[in-house]
Amino acid sequence: MTMLTREQARAAIFDTLCSIAPEVDAAEIVADQPLRDQVDLDSFDFLNVIIRLHEKLGIDIPENDYGELTTLDSAIDYLVRRRAAG
Amino acid sequence: MSEFRMPSLGADMEAGTLVEWMVRPGDEVKRGQVVAVVETQKGAIEVEIWESGVIERLVVEPGARIPVGEVLALLRTAGEPASRAPAAPAPEVPAPSAQAPARTVAGDRARTSPAARKLAGELGVDIAAVRPGEPGGVVSRADVERAAQAVKTGSAPAPQREPVTDWQGRMRKAIAAAMSRSKREIPHYYLATDIDATRVTDWLAGENLKRSVAERLLPVVPMMKAVALALREVPELNGVWADGAFCPSAAVHLGMAVALRGGGLVAPAIHDVDRKNLDQLMADLRDLITRVRGGRLRSSEMSDPTVTLTNLGEQGPDQVFGVIYPPQVAIVGLGRITERPWSESGNVVARKVVTATLAADHRVSDGHRGGLFLAALARLLQAPQELK
Repeated sequence: MTMLTREQARAAIFDTLCSIAPEVDAAEIVADQPLRDQVDLDSFDFLNVIIRLHEKLGIDIPENDYGELTTLDSAIDYLVRRRAAG
Repeated sequence: MSEFRMPSLGADMEAGTLVEWMVRPGDEVKRGQVVAVVETQKGAIEVEIWESGVIERLVVEPGARIPVGEVLALLRTAGEPASRAPAAPAPEVPAPSAQAPARTVAGDRARTSPAARKLAGELGVDIAAVRPGEPGGVVSRADVERAAQAVKTGSAPAPQREPVTDWQGRMRKAIAAAMSRSKREIPHYYLATDIDATRVTDWLAGENLKRSVAERLLPVVPMMKAVALALREVPELNGVWADGAFCPSAAVHLGMAVALRGGGLVAPAIHDVDRKNLDQLMADLRDLITRVRGGRLRSSEMSDPTVTLTNLGEQGPDQVFGVIYPPQVAIVGLGRITERPWSESGNVVARKVVTATLAADHRVSDGHRGGLFLAALARLLQAPQELK
């Protein structure tokens, strides 16, 4: 599978967040602070984020790894790493 | 000839506005089919018909505000001949279209893109009054531009939409009316119990590991099933209070309290929760939440919950004591599942724990019976593999 750049990962996350919570303003998200403190996502919304990232990037995110998606930065790191690991 | 009447879509609904007919005279309809859209304080609701037949006449025109119980249409049921007298000319029925003044049930704040909001500010357009091009869609820059153009030319933006503030205000009023009536009329009693949720969360983690992302279950799903099965053991918590007496319900229609993004909440029912498997419940929950937040609810979901479940989720508080939604007689609350110290056989161990609460109507049940319900719930959650 091709490499995923940080920019691509960031764009995929923003697309996903905006489709689920259209009030999200990408420019206002602080990258190293918990996402769910900044965007109102309940467990149903969060599951939809995981499903859409899977659809977009083909990366399967097991439940045990949900903690890796706490902040925008950590989520980007995780997605890039997972793709590189193939 | 059978009469199709304005249904009651909640304890405090006195009237509703007919927004749209989905059928025309002469159309054949089947039991359970959505035939009309009615505007209530809780948003636009799709109304089903509960008899099969042929629409003889539409009595009411869209736009009319109709009291609960009034005739909306006449239905010719199977075997009945068509009326010999020429039918009264049917009112002009607009075909259902994206132009219908249907609002989404979801909080409208949520359905606006930041770019549209910014443009609205620049153009001096009240963003709250702009509606998306499609029902359930997101307000885009194009929608804002259209609204700005309409203001300039003096025409109303098409299609019309009520400002969000009014809509939210009306939902607030509906909640206020129902909750005030509840606290005025229902002598609540409250119980709480901590339940060891380690087994159910472990079982769920194992189950979800085997599943594709799209098939994963949320923790609330086995909880819903356990609540429904526990209610079977204490039936005086499941039903409605009507005309000074309790009417138990054989079916468990679980009202799910769902918060809206823009504020407010609704608690429509998932039907027959005790008889469905977890996959079906997850599918029903997904469908229900998606429609609550972006589409429309159906009349049967609004009118027939027999009990309510409020689950404030993984980011919520540890416990919630609910207010009963009349005419129901109980509401079950689930707090956040957290790891807590748990004493077991003389040792203190770390366990995943959830606090389950019950608020119930003392006219119908007593604390002892309510306690048995919570005990049954705790017991059922210790054997999650049985919650199929």
